[in-house]
Amino acid sequence: MSTNTQTVTAAPAEAPPRRKPQLSEGARAERNLGWMLIAPAVIVMIAVTAYPVGYAVFLSLERYNLALPQATKFIGFANYGAVLSSQYWWHALAVTVIITVFSVAITLVLGMALAFVLHRTIFGRGLVRTISLIPYGIVTVAAAYSWQYAWTPGQGYLSSIFNNSAPLTSQVEAIIVIIIAEIWKTTPFMGLLLLAGLSLVPDDLLKAARVDGATAWQRFTKIMLPLMKPAILVALLFRTLDSFRIFDNIFILTQGSHGTGSVSILGYDNLFNALNLGIGSTISILIFICVAIIAFLFIKGFGTAAPGTDIEKR
Amino acid sequence: MAAVTPRQRTGWATANFVVIALALIPVLWLVSLSFKTPTAVLDPSFLPAQWTWGNYHGILTSWQFIRPLINSIGIGLIATFIAVVLASMAAYAIARLRFPGKSVLIGMSLLIAIFPLIALVTPLFTIERALGLFNTWPGLVIPYVAFGLPLGIYTLSAFFREIPWELEKAAKVDGATPFQAFTRVIAPLAAPGMVTTAILVFLAAWNDFILAISFTSTLASRTAPAAMQYFSGGSVFTVPTGPIAAAAVVITIPIIIFVLFFQRRIVAGLTSGAVKG
Repeated sequence: MSTNTQTVTAAPAEAPPRRKPQLSEGARAERNLGWMLIAPAVIVMIAVTAYPVGYAVFLSLERYNLALPQATKFIGFANYGAVLSSQYWWHALAVTVIITVFSVAITLVLGMALAFVLHRTIFGRGLVRTISLIPYGIVTVAAAYSWQYAWTPGQGYLSSIFNNSAPLTSQVEAIIVIIIAEIWKTTPFMGLLLLAGLSLVPDDLLKAARVDGATAWQRFTKIMLPLMKPAILVALLFRTLDSFRIFDNIFILTQGSHGTGSVSILGYDNLFNALNLGIGSTISILIFICVAIIAFLFIKGFGTAAPGTDIEKR
Repeated sequence: MAAVTPRQRTGWATANFVVIALALIPVLWLVSLSFKTPTAVLDPSFLPAQWTWGNYHGILTSWQFIRPLINSIGIGLIATFIAVVLASMAAYAIARLRFPGKSVLIGMSLLIAIFPLIALVTPLFTIERALGLFNTWPGLVIPYVAFGLPLGIYTLSAFFREIPWELEKAAKVDGATPFQAFTRVIAPLAAPGMVTTAILVFLAAWNDFILAISFTSTLASRTAPAAMQYFSGGSVFTVPTGPIAAAAVVITIPIIIFVLFFQRRIVAGLTSGAVKG
């Protein structure tokens, strides 16, 4: 299975160990080619992410407002103190966590149901699969407009069904609409990831359990879930991190008004409405730390296989 | 396989119908809005009472939409092309070659894949303004390439691992250099994986909103999703619902076409990097 340890060069069968200064001609050529091939990708990724993040750390330690450029100066961790003691940050964080938890949990249940339908349905499987991909593919902004107009009183079919209600003008209801929009958009992705996990469950095992008298619920909880656990955890990790970054749906649906702004909306507002690069960068760094904590919890806490680690294993 | 009872048949038909209805209703609502006349837009019924092409005619003759559409297509295609080329090179190295630093590259790709975009908006905004990239095509192409790369590297290295590498060995025995083995033997075999990757990267760029509204300020580089909010109605007091709905439908059409033609590849690409652990 290993493509890493078996190489295809002219090097002798026992390839020299890493870090040995004297590499054979072939191994050295291979190493250089490897570095050459990854170099452009690495340079672009570092230029667009690593360097700006370092720069954001630097900006977050400065007082820097585009409206008052002459007042720019190094102020240490004062921005962090300002953000962390501000109710705006904690409010946005609470909204983000609520949206993330509810949308991911419901998406998991619906995604599982979708995976079952795609896996087991006895006819029309191709059609169902094709159509269920559309919410995944559709531009989030386009879908968000659809939800916005649907909930606009006097104009939307959903609003008129629910007694001309205007949910986007009240905090709790607007957050529910945002969560619905998230769920609709992301369930297909979840369903596909779970479907891939579901197809790893051997049919024979399920048949054997059925012969042994296991109920459908027992087969699901005792056989399928344990076998699907790696797929479920990876899907949850992806979805949680993605949901935590929520921006597009909120921006179109409420613009963050009525107390519905997520941390990403807060960061955006501080940059483009308040023109405050210092505070905006501080919020950016804090969001990055939150995301890192979530990923760490999933990978260390739940033992989620980090995506891409299979590349090493194989 | 037990015979299908009519009851099972009805059950699955219902399940299929529910899935299809839930997936399509919000899309059909947009389509319906896009065909409503400016006055009928204020009628909450699901289907238009009178159908009109006016909204489409309006946006497709307006530079306010055509220019962003050109930007979206151009920026998306350029970013996709560059990302697929760079990702193919890196994925080939990961799948086939042995060199120190591989795990660093994989870790870095993972980090970028989970990156909160907003965290980059502030510093990149400052950097792009300093370099004169703000509100230009390269100003969006470069970040789209960077965020397409992790996706491309995962998907392509998964595809590359499936390729029978004896062929590559045979090519080398026949005197091909490693580079020739890549371009002549592996690349053609890898074409399906590259198409998949191209679709996923293009969809990501086409879909992007946060970078598009942050790094553009005029029609010169504003992409279609970012441009829709600047549409105006016939007068100050008219909500541009119809034109926005029509624009949303237009930018959804390529997605529908991709999904219809490349459904299998999209599914393979989405699940390749994720569920092997």
